[in-house]
Amino acid sequence: MMQFKTILNNPAEWMLTAGPLGEIVISSRIRLARNLSGFSFPGWAAEDVRMLVLDSVKPTVDTLSEMRGAFSSDLRNLSTIRKQVLVERHLISREQAAKGTGSAVVMNRKQTLCIMINEEDHLRMQSIKPGLNLKSAFNMIDKIDTKLEENIDYAFDNQHGYLTACPTNLGTGMRASAMLHLPALVLSEQINQVIQAVNKIGLAVRGLYGEGTEALGNLFQVSNQHTLGEKEIEIVARLEKVIRQIIEHEKNARATLFEERRSMLDDKVGRAYAILRHGHIISTKEALELLSMLRAGVDLGYFPDEVRGIIDVLFMEIQPAHLQMRADSKLGVEERDILRAEIMRDELKILPEPGKLPQEDQESENNQERDIDEGRK
Amino acid sequence: MICDVCQDKHATVYLTQIVDGQMQKVNLCDPCAKEKGVTDPTGFALADLLLGIGSDEKVNLPGDELTCEACGFTQSELKKNGRLGCSECYSVFGEGLDSLVKAVHKGTLHVGKVPTRYRVTKQFTDQIAELKHRLKIAITDENFEEAAKLRDEITSAEDEFVCAKEQ
Repeated sequence: MMQFKTILNNPAEWMLTAGPLGEIVISSRIRLARNLSGFSFPGWAAEDVRMLVLDSVKPTVDTLSEMRGAFSSDLRNLSTIRKQVLVERHLISREQAAKGTGSAVVMNRKQTLCIMINEEDHLRMQSIKPGLNLKSAFNMIDKIDTKLEENIDYAFDNQHGYLTACPTNLGTGMRASAMLHLPALVLSEQINQVIQAVNKIGLAVRGLYGEGTEALGNLFQVSNQHTLGEKEIEIVARLEKVIRQIIEHEKNARATLFEERRSMLDDKVGRAYAILRHGHIISTKEALELLSMLRAGVDLGYFPDEVRGIIDVLFMEIQPAHLQMRADSKLGVEERDILRAEIMRDELKILPEPGKLPQEDQESENNQERDIDEGRK
Repeated sequence: MICDVCQDKHATVYLTQIVDGQMQKVNLCDPCAKEKGVTDPTGFALADLLLGIGSDEKVNLPGDELTCEACGFTQSELKKNGRLGCSECYSVFGEGLDSLVKAVHKGTLHVGKVPTRYRVTKQFTDQIAELKHRLKIAITDENFEEAAKLRDEITSAEDEFVCAKEQ
């Protein structure tokens, strides 16, 4: 079985490889909610019932060929910090992290597949793929689901589909989502319009860590809201269509900023570079904002393409639980801010200065400077 | 204006009520109003009065609360956290959830994946529903030969279904 340390030392597949449209789409994820018939849902079940469910389900999950060499653990055996690391990696939910006895998590080595037992539902399984890759993520988790149903008697009825603890997940029990990096839509203040438009067509836009979280680092999760009355593949196709439109908007916004507000972009990217290379106390929030600008800088050609991978790993590594895991001790806020800055300085040591501006832009810059000089005179 | 209930006498009582966001109006004559007990307009729903159908949600007195026999989950628990106790709860609280399900989802009928062990069931229930639908049309069209044939088909499909379930 995989050790916890192994997870920490290996970034997830979606952090390392750039998937389709990886400039804007960080990852694609499909989650299925399933329950056993004849047992109370985890939130209502007594501890002995939860243990019964866990004991009957876990062997089936552990023996999946996809889970060979997986990390598998009861949540009561995981420390708070370890659970938090899994939350920061988007492998378990915040709700699951709050649980102990009777709950478990099983995930494969590449961290592309994760099954939570006794979260809000008896089973929550998810697949994560890099870039815009919803269909392949769906196929992956669908296969697992089909294998599991051979041994597990799912709660299902013809009208409501898969029966879930919360009626908002009825039907397919499926939540499909993609993590998008949208700095230009935020900078050009178009993001609220986009969010409103997306909400109107039955999709949800959330922050970095799902429901009720802030959109730190210009990262947004777009997901389906309806789970009943539509086929899985239709939901996935509709979501993907909308995501492609959002990508177009982001690309247009980037092009406009690049052409019309170039100095502002130069300044944002330059400051992000300077602080990340030379700062000594940096909070999570500030770090995410700066890394976001740096990533935008890569996309716009200020830095070489390879840097994107380093940034995506840093997005995870600089978060509170990851830092404490690395330091192997509990750290206060200030200690974390210092360690965070140190890690980023170290990782970004090789980062060259933001790329030189093309000729014509340089000239207009010089003209501007001259204007200012003349103004001074 | 004529009384909506007896369709005979002149209406003297005019009621307007908002039910589920829709305005409903009823006009009653004096005797009918008394007979229906229209003294306190908040004490009844117009739909009940006029059409004989009303919301099926019963007003439960404390101690007489709607409870899932399988897991002991109650209506007030449901109100408190919006989640259900077990899969059986859907048949207990199902009707009360209908409006919520309608509001948050695209439809009210599952059209996605069906687990293998339920596939047979779904196949039969779909087939029987389709036959019953055709039977209804045949009867309305007074096509009794077709209706008799369909009735036999339904009986045999139902028998087959019972056999399949027992297997």
